[in-house]
Amino acid sequence: MATQHSRSAARIMMAPAVVLLLGWMLVPLTMTLYFSFKKYLPLRGGDLGWVGFDNYVRFVSSSAFWPSVQTTLVIVGGVLLITIILGVLLSILLDQPMWGQGIVRILVIAPFFVMPTVSALVWKNMFMDPVNGLFAHLWEAFGAQPVEWLSDASLLSIIIIVSWQWLPFATLILLTAIQSLDSEQLEAAEMDGAPPLARFGFIILPHLSRAITIVILIQTIFLLAIFAEIFVTTGGAFGTRTLTYLIFQRVLESQNVGLGSAGGVYAIILANIVAIFLMRIVGKNLDA
Amino acid sequence: MARAVTPRRKTINTLAAWAIGLLIFFPILWTILTSFKTEAQAISDPPVFLFFDWTLENYAVVQERSDYMRFLWNSVIIAGGSTLLGIVIGVPAAWSMAFVPSKRTKDILMWMLSTKMLPAVGVLYPIYLLFIKLGLLDTRVGLTLVLMLINLPIIIWMLYTYFKEIPGEILEAARMDGATLKEEILYILTPMAVPGIASTLLLNIILAWNEAFWTLNLTAAKAAPLTAFIASYSSPEGLFYAKLSAASTMAIAPILILGWFSQKQLVRGLTFGAVK
Amino acid sequence: MAFHTRALLGACAVAALCVPATAETITIATVNNGDMIRMQGLTKDFTEKTGHDVEWVTLEENVLRQRVTQDIAAKGGQFDIMTIGMYETPIWGKQNWLVSLNDMPDSYDVDDILPAMRGGLSVDGTLYAAPFYGESSMIMYRTDLMEKAGLEMPDAPTWEFVADAARKMTDKDNEIYGICLRGKAGWGENMAFLTATSNAFGARWFDEDWKPQFDSPEWKETLSFYIDLMNEAGPPGASTNGFNENLSLFQQGKCGMWIDATVAASFVTNPADSTVADKVGFALAPDTGLGKRGNWLWAWALAIPAGTQKEAAAKEFINWATSKDYLELVAAEEGWANVPPGTRTSLYENPEYQKVPFAKMTLDSINSADPTAPTVKPVPYIGVQFVAIPEFAGIATQVGQEFSAALAGQQSVDEALAKAQTLTAEEMEAAGY
Repeated sequence: MATQHSRSAARIMMAPAVVLLLGWMLVPLTMTLYFSFKKYLPLRGGDLGWVGFDNYVRFVSSSAFWPSVQTTLVIVGGVLLITIILGVLLSILLDQPMWGQGIVRILVIAPFFVMPTVSALVWKNMFMDPVNGLFAHLWEAFGAQPVEWLSDASLLSIIIIVSWQWLPFATLILLTAIQSLDSEQLEAAEMDGAPPLARFGFIILPHLSRAITIVILIQTIFLLAIFAEIFVTTGGAFGTRTLTYLIFQRVLESQNVGLGSAGGVYAIILANIVAIFLMRIVGKNLDA
Repeated sequence: MARAVTPRRKTINTLAAWAIGLLIFFPILWTILTSFKTEAQAISDPPVFLFFDWTLENYAVVQERSDYMRFLWNSVIIAGGSTLLGIVIGVPAAWSMAFVPSKRTKDILMWMLSTKMLPAVGVLYPIYLLFIKLGLLDTRVGLTLVLMLINLPIIIWMLYTYFKEIPGEILEAARMDGATLKEEILYILTPMAVPGIASTLLLNIILAWNEAFWTLNLTAAKAAPLTAFIASYSSPEGLFYAKLSAASTMAIAPILILGWFSQKQLVRGLTFGAVK
Repeated sequence: MAFHTRALLGACAVAALCVPATAETITIATVNNGDMIRMQGLTKDFTEKTGHDVEWVTLEENVLRQRVTQDIAAKGGQFDIMTIGMYETPIWGKQNWLVSLNDMPDSYDVDDILPAMRGGLSVDGTLYAAPFYGESSMIMYRTDLMEKAGLEMPDAPTWEFVADAARKMTDKDNEIYGICLRGKAGWGENMAFLTATSNAFGARWFDEDWKPQFDSPEWKETLSFYIDLMNEAGPPGASTNGFNENLSLFQQGKCGMWIDATVAASFVTNPADSTVADKVGFALAPDTGLGKRGNWLWAWALAIPAGTQKEAAAKEFINWATSKDYLELVAAEEGWANVPPGTRTSLYENPEYQKVPFAKMTLDSINSADPTAPTVKPVPYIGVQFVAIPEFAGIATQVGQEFSAALAGQQSVDEALAKAQTLTAEEMEAAGY
């Protein structure tokens, strides 16, 4: 089907996208690499000369580095786990016959439309505040001591907030996948007396594996970059400093562009390790 | 299609789904309710749910302090513009990958996705310097470009997975009938791909609307969208829950309404090739 | 200049529709504090007087700092006026990033600015930012609860007295907490308070060779004292409370004492927002008898970044917003208690303003803070609640996070101090000390 003619046409049509993305990747990357080998302190006069790999060594040997990598992985992993488990359950429920399905679906997807800054502000102030938050009132109503969410359960709090934002996305993709499942197959299984758990394990879950992979891939890309949720709620305190946040502190709070750029290079490497890992799975699961 | 279920089971399903749906929606509902309270009612103990003196005062205060329409307009232009531009660039690319695949197609696609992993904070300084040089700081054009580039990989990927599902025979038949490449794309492919394009459009408008790092850091007064509007209501002095709620409601309402009205279109194409 | 515009205004009154030939639109970045929002609301007065329009970029404090620092460091030129503090001004001024304000017109009366404020916003005699409001810190306490505890607050209490009073005032069953102090991590939040307090305990950030001093017994005493006190007499969730959270708690009547910015006095005595408006007393920040009080010195000030095309219009704005006339304008519209405090001597000599209950204590607090000799032991830096070096904000925010975690009970005082010492040493080394 692919003629020589259509091949060259295809190349021309891909060109704008490829060139733009190449530029978007290379220009900042080159500049980041350039800065990462410099001692660059804007508040001390800017460019203070080449320093070789000093910034790279310093960034990794800093006492904050490994904890931040760990925090990043915990948050990404935690959110993925919650959104996928709840997403699967929720999508199965939403697939059942019921009254007002359309409205329920609207309610469920709503959090996806809320900007991260807003959702972080709302959760922080109106729910997790230990004095005026709704959770505090709820705990008190049951005679319990209100939880100091953002300090005592800081990582959990952030995982809750981010999961709330991404659950709709996971649910939607999983729901579309479930709806494409051949219902006759399920009914046949039901007739044969397969218990619900077996139906779930042997029919639904395998059918969903592809959709789950997609959810993991896309969410990971966005979750590695979460920033607003941490900036607004804890500002990186109480062990919630992710790698992204650590770089932010280096570049903007300490105004050490060289050191921050070295951190940026590490973040790119980490992201690509995760990406390669993911693409292995996706590649297997997707005949893209 | 519809499975036969007992009314009892349907009732249980309905109750469970509604309970969970309302639970998930509750934070938004609570924000909207709080926006109509006075500051004192907003923090009253025990909290008041519906029975309070509804007031529009917070909206008046917010509107008086910041010109909402200007922020809204910027958001509309930046989110809409970046998405449209992305689609214009993305459709041909996705088309060629879907219908003229080569050995490297998959690699190119994955590479495109990997550009999304560039941590924004790490490249803020270089981009800022670049924007100064190009005179793009605090311009809608500059932000539109950046958001387009950020979302382009997702746009291409979504379109690609959607195009893949269009049977190639149809195109071949059209080609037999002497359709040119342009005609093929315009009259055959595009109409078939409308649901996919529509949902790509919607998803990316949402993503662009909610983007809060670049939109905040590359703007000042002229191009600032709603994300900057919100940044002036988080933790000021004194009681602020009600005003924050009003500002939040104003910031999310347009996209929430758009999302609700178009949710059918959004969902239809939101498969990323997950459905076979 | 002022004469010129006034003449123009006269002409305009006749010709009703005229616009001054030099009308410009200036962009001002400011913080979303009450006084600034009020200024924003009064912009019309400025536009009427000068013909210039103003575009406001009002942001929350953390976002504002990040934006203006980024912009000035990269020379982005996004703003014609930036709202900055006493910390940034000397650092940026030294880099020649700010326009000198030494040539303000005589009518501006620069000598009227409080010496402490003027000194803190100048480098080598050049004024780089005009104070919009100034503050120190002091104790705000509930007179009724103090009486109930059978105590009387002296004008200049010691930490010992304050701690004792806090424990006696605490009544957790009724949600009354003896003392509310900042715990939220940030160099301008808990570290402003703790650094200032550490001065009273004889501690310092660095010795004369820029060696961090968190391993000193004085710091240990400061931090232990603070954490013990907060655990016994502080509100729940103190480790996430900043200025604003504490203000809200105090206004709701949940704090017995609150040691914080003097500007808060007008909010806690404002009956519209505060449930305890008529029961608030004031006292100097406490000491420990070592000769230094833990009260800071701060000003939010307006500065013009070098390189702006609209310097003249920007100066006209500063001349308007930080003038004596502006104070009178606010007084006429909102009453004397709502005037931006702490900037001008003439304000404190005004008999009308002297009637304001917190006026005297604010002035005394400001006058008793000395940024050039903040600590008991000698130090190589200036600044009471900060160290005026570019690296401080980044370091102190991270140190603040360690202290905040210690307050939340997630690590011990020793662990927090050890981590603070390590990370400060790392950052100072990275900066080349």
